[in-house]
Amino acid sequence: MKLIKELTVAVALTCAAFITSLAQAHDYKAGPLTIEHPWTPQPPVGAKVAAGFLKITNGGAQDDRLVAVASDIAGKTQVHGMKVEKGIMTMFELEGGLVIPAGGTVELKSRSNHVMFMDLKSRPEKGATFKATLTFEKAGSVAVDFKVEAMGGDMDHEGM
Amino acid sequence: MLRKIRILLWALVAVAIAGGGAYYSLGRQLPTPSLAIGGPFRLAASTGDVVDSEKLKGRPFAVFFGFTHCPEVCPTTLHEMSSALGKLGDDGKDLNVLFITVDPERDTIEFMKSYLTSFDPRIVGLRPTPEELPQVAKAYRAFYEKVPMSDGDYTMNHTALVYLMDRQGTFFGTLDYEEKPEVRLTKLRRLLKEGQSRSR
Ligand SMILES: [Cu+2]
Repeated sequence: MKLIKELTVAVALTCAAFITSLAQAHDYKAGPLTIEHPWTPQPPVGAKVAAGFLKITNGGAQDDRLVAVASDIAGKTQVHGMKVEKGIMTMFELEGGLVIPAGGTVELKSRSNHVMFMDLKSRPEKGATFKATLTFEKAGSVAVDFKVEAMGGDMDHEGM
Repeated sequence: MLRKIRILLWALVAVAIAGGGAYYSLGRQLPTPSLAIGGPFRLAASTGDVVDSEKLKGRPFAVFFGFTHCPEVCPTTLHEMSSALGKLGDDGKDLNVLFITVDPERDTIEFMKSYLTSFDPRIVGLRPTPEELPQVAKAYRAFYEKVPMSDGDYTMNHTALVYLMDRQGTFFGTLDYEEKPEVRLTKLRRLLKEGQSRSR
């Protein structure tokens, strides 16, 4: 009897864990590419631009390139590089797109490469999502949802 | 004879090493007064007033350069300063925090005012006129440049440091973009505590 009770609890916990992971998973596939967790830190009031972050893993044998991003929230969207060197921030267009090497992972992240949403039409609401299309040179186009998270985003976990 | 030459050679080596070390550590020191960071300014503020650096004296301040068409560095810095001000609470009541736009063309006073409502209300935006901008940037040895983009739009590259100035308006140090929040907070606490030497 005790064993059955334990089993029931174990099964319930497993199901719960599975459902939670399903709810948290925020992945997309495009050919051999896996796209993980597209998100954006909520831009300030009135901001005309927002950054988009995501992780792309290329499970294929050929390099690919993220050549374009489009979203209805922005008048135009580009893929940008960014560097902070000797205290100076520089940002630039990635000509020819962002290479996703065969077997490699590229992270568009804070203080680095990012999707740049420009001429924002409205302020994305925190907790909401918005649609965007990523276009790769070989893998083609894939529709994704960007989640709007708190400003400061991942860095806030350091205990701000 | 040979031994004397040997000793002399080794002595030279020692001098060279010591000299090199001294030179290295000197080179790493903060700018000397003649290259001082900071200087007087009088700029239109998001509060509707004018901020005069003379009137800031007696209280320390943090100042940084940016623009509102900035996807991440500027909002993140503003956000981090807001968090730090929140953590300092009453201890930070003496601290002025200033955000100077390097893009006066697009950043009007009204726009900055609304933009800054997303952050701690103690952060004040300053808009130099296109004529005033080079002077204030030069005073802080801050770099900025307008970068045209392929579609005719433009973006700005700029210094992303936060300058900490003491109660006399003298350079005290910087907060670096890559630093951990705890490090920033420690520096700000030091500025509030120690930044009052020779205070009036
Ligand atoms: Cu950008």
